[in-house]
Amino acid sequence: MILSVENVSLAFGGVKALREVSFDVKEHEIRAIIGPNGAGKSSMLNVLNGVYHPQQGTIRFQQKTFKDMDPHEAAALGIARTFQNIALFKGMTVLDNIMTGRNLKMHCGFLHQALWAGPARREELKHRRTVEEIIDFLEIQHIRRTPVGRLPYGLQKRVELARALAAEPKVLLLDEPMAGMNLEEKQDMCRFVLDVNDQFGTTIVLIEHDMGVVMDISDRVVVLDYGKKIADGTPDEVRNDQKVIDAYLGVTH
Amino acid sequence: MPIEVVFFIEVLAGGLLAGVMYALVALGFVLIYKASGVFNFAQGAMVFFAALTFVSLVERGWNFWLALVVTLAVMVVLGLATERVVLRPLVNQAQITLFMATIGLTFVLEGLSQLIWGSQPHGLELGIADVPMDWLSQQWNINISQFDLFAAFIAGALVAVLAVFFQKTRIGRALRAVADDHQAALAVGIPLQHIWAIVWAVAGFVALVAGLMWGVRNGVQFALTFVALKALPVLLIGGFESIPGAIIGGLIIGATEKLAEVYVGPYFGGGIESWFAYVVALLFLLVRPEGLFGEKHIDRV
Repeated sequence: MILSVENVSLAFGGVKALREVSFDVKEHEIRAIIGPNGAGKSSMLNVLNGVYHPQQGTIRFQQKTFKDMDPHEAAALGIARTFQNIALFKGMTVLDNIMTGRNLKMHCGFLHQALWAGPARREELKHRRTVEEIIDFLEIQHIRRTPVGRLPYGLQKRVELARALAAEPKVLLLDEPMAGMNLEEKQDMCRFVLDVNDQFGTTIVLIEHDMGVVMDISDRVVVLDYGKKIADGTPDEVRNDQKVIDAYLGVTH
Repeated sequence: MPIEVVFFIEVLAGGLLAGVMYALVALGFVLIYKASGVFNFAQGAMVFFAALTFVSLVERGWNFWLALVVTLAVMVVLGLATERVVLRPLVNQAQITLFMATIGLTFVLEGLSQLIWGSQPHGLELGIADVPMDWLSQQWNINISQFDLFAAFIAGALVAVLAVFFQKTRIGRALRAVADDHQAALAVGIPLQHIWAIVWAVAGFVALVAGLMWGVRNGVQFALTFVALKALPVLLIGGFESIPGAIIGGLIIGATEKLAEVYVGPYFGGGIESWFAYVVALLFLLVRPEGLFGEKHIDRV
């Protein structure tokens, strides 16, 4: 287990977003978190990368137990993420955006950088090479120099994935990577997610609304409803679970 | 050369060089705006505080370089303290809240500096006399101040270093990233506090340089805080987010206000230098509200 969540509860005032949720993520798998609107999926992801601090429960990452984390601490440990509403640096170019993902891998001191000294320049070049590989991998060579704000939605999502990959994360959290995309863009994104998992060996935790997509690409699925875990298992198991069907289709009382 | 041409060149050069001095002050604003999206109202007070600290140390018999290093250290500490005490509790607040906090900071700094060092004006000497350069006046009969050229050189070097720093280095990129989106910056592992501390320390350094140059020109006195007001039109023209823009904006403001004073001023009875810069800035706002080098923000609807 690379990551496990034990008994996590999170409340905003009287609203209980998560209630005693536990699940685990195996190394190298694609793990999906699904559920209807307001089920607590995004809250779960935000707990994993330290944006929200749960009132109860613990997070275990690589044999270490945390009560909560801070976002930059999570990033330093090797947890990278993308956002549902795309949080790129809109005024900066694609290249600069992806380079920020290398931030934690670069160590040259303030003085070297202020003077643009040799070591700082060499470091910059070295990391630029890695970034170029990621750019090739995600097929965004042609938009390298374009400010991100000018790109269409689907490409922005891809750039955000590139920035997360640039950190060479151990675990990659994807918040609705296919939301708002057309069919072709969705297929491209699926392919990239699978390729990342395959070629870099990155463990992936993804939230998705679109059941079809999730069932196709994930190894195991957690289902949340009203902040509670109602099912956990392989896509086939989850698909035939009565509770899941009820949650998604609604039941008559 | 005919006397009119010489005179024109003198006025133009004087204006351009004065503009560089404005740019020095504007630079401090740009730095903090770029990294936190905050218009730092306290920049003028920082300029005053830096100059006053330096001149007071020198007057107490400190060695020039020692005083310079100590003042720089004080400005850096001030920057770090500002981040810790004023900004950190306000993370994720609206920009107007941060702006209001810098107004408060202005009064604290102004009071503090006079409390520590007293309120009397001081003269300041950097060893470079404010006299016409011999070579230029003998060769071309043009009078341009030696000190102005020196100040322009310093400002140019500072801008070059900062521009490279922001565009090409990891920390510079992190600074731009933080300015763009706090949440996203945190998620890629940029510690906000760190970045703000750095940028306020650098702004303190720029304030020190500006304070020294202006201190030589006008004396170190409370009025030094008002040079920040002259930086405003420079920022409006150059754009709040551009380091080269600060220089270009400064040059435009400096040159137009001096030329206007000399050639247009007589029709108004003189003295238009003090407000002409704002007129130019207003005209610019009508045509190009984001400034020459500013970023145009387009919102999706």
